[in-house]
Amino acid sequence: MNNYEHSVFLDVKKCIGCTTCLRHCPTQAIRIKDGHAVINEKRCIDCGECIKICPKKAKKPVCNKLKDLDSFKWKIALPAPTLYGQFENMDDVDYILNGLLKIGFDDVFEVSTAAELASAYTRQYLKRPDVVKPVISSACPVVLRLICLRYPSLKDNIIPMLPPMEIAAMMARERAKKNHPELTDSDIGVCFISPCPAKASYVKNGFGSYKSQVDVVIPISDIYFQLINAMEHSDDIETLSKSGMIGIGWASSGGEATALFNDAYLAADGIENVNRVLDQIENDNIPPLEYIELNACTGGCVGGVLTMQNPFIAKAKLQTLRRYLPVSQNFVKNDEIIPEKYFFEEIPTYYPISRLSESMSESMRMMAEIQKLRDKLPGIDCGACGAPTCRAFAEDVVKGTAKLSDCTINYRSELLEYLKTKDEDCDSN
Amino acid sequence: MSEALNFHFDVDGDDFTSAGQASVQIKKNLRQLGISPDTIRRVSIAMYEGEINMVIHAGGGEADVSVTEDYVEILLTDHGPGIANIEQAMQEGFSTAPDAIRSLGFGAGMGLPNMKRYSDYMNIDSEVGKGTTITMRVNL
Repeated sequence: MNNYEHSVFLDVKKCIGCTTCLRHCPTQAIRIKDGHAVINEKRCIDCGECIKICPKKAKKPVCNKLKDLDSFKWKIALPAPTLYGQFENMDDVDYILNGLLKIGFDDVFEVSTAAELASAYTRQYLKRPDVVKPVISSACPVVLRLICLRYPSLKDNIIPMLPPMEIAAMMARERAKKNHPELTDSDIGVCFISPCPAKASYVKNGFGSYKSQVDVVIPISDIYFQLINAMEHSDDIETLSKSGMIGIGWASSGGEATALFNDAYLAADGIENVNRVLDQIENDNIPPLEYIELNACTGGCVGGVLTMQNPFIAKAKLQTLRRYLPVSQNFVKNDEIIPEKYFFEEIPTYYPISRLSESMSESMRMMAEIQKLRDKLPGIDCGACGAPTCRAFAEDVVKGTAKLSDCTINYRSELLEYLKTKDEDCDSN
Repeated sequence: MSEALNFHFDVDGDDFTSAGQASVQIKKNLRQLGISPDTIRRVSIAMYEGEINMVIHAGGGEADVSVTEDYVEILLTDHGPGIANIEQAMQEGFSTAPDAIRSLGFGAGMGLPNMKRYSDYMNIDSEVGKGTTITMRVNL
């Protein structure tokens, strides 16, 4: 977890060190150094908040380009259900899927198809007698990383099932090899069309020992205009879509949880709300619940930073699109055992990001110093020193990554104090 | 051995919505000291229950937490009505919380039993009309 490859890039030329991202980072991973933002990679959870909030557009997502697929003989598009909510006058998912074939993909496999299987398997999983409740969803990669870094005691609550994107990638590969036996694994390029950069990080880094089956991640916003031009609203197109209300519902908050047909659930969205819910679960301060759906983005995946539409409008469009669809188009038999390959083996080991030092006595000494220093600081969290709060600044000073003189307010009052003693010296002379 | 590290919190009895803040802050501090997740969980639940109790029954109070390399000690002091019958108060399900509080999901009579369950040592010192002092210790 130390060499984690992130999906946020800073354009140093555009960044003016304005401290906006500093205040919005939920894990306090950002500092302003030498006039621009610096991200602490160990703390970053790829939530994309800084990309969304940056007034200078200096923070950018790092994803693939379409041309990264060129080396593959057989290109498969994996559209996230969020994609369906991005267009005007959309009454048929097949327009989009056929459009994807037109812009160069050889095959399309809907992530919503895999999501319907994931829902069915989750319903089964909840019936197992040995499951730790409440079960927490594993679909949002930001939430997974947040739990590993900040809420390690909740690791056993996470459902060890792969997210729909991975299940879709596996199924798409199997289908390609069955229909085209001449293809080898390296011939097949699986491309996820993504609402968020966190999925790109998940694909690059895998999860624990699990290696992603997706090869390339492309932002919805990158492919959007090309796709609009290729989409034909006609009756004379191939029927490709095989997903129902449940699968498409996964794009917005609550869709995944309601598909479990169980009232004892909670669905929270937005990273601050997610943090609050996790805190309460840790304190045993929640009603008895079966399932917890958590999405880092407001509104769920429709709120991802790589989308085109306002998340609430996208959600409304998806509701219209879902209206006349069957509840589900993918089924598993009641007694069917969940295939082992859809589970991940382990959750990455807990790396305590906030720990001050390896040794407890040293940590205690440092914390005592932090407390003393904090009382000296103004406590207004202005951010001018480059740290998000006075408390964080005190930690940085004690850790040796910042100097006390970086606090302009403290510096000024010390200066005034000094001048006063100087004056007094002059007077007494 | 280094000295104990002390944290002090005033638990505001007037504002029920802010109850539980001290235990959230303690949790953050213990994480920074590198204490195991399981211990942190026990300390924060024990403290949370105690904090809620002080707000519901005693109009607030003070929480003092000291951390040494061997244990975390939580000292809760209030000047509320005191506990008339400690043995009875320790029973699961026994509660004197008002209905308004119960409708929020609190006052199920699990506060003190949970504090006992999650700590390695607990002592209640209470005098009716004067107040209550609770000491809890979680070994590291």
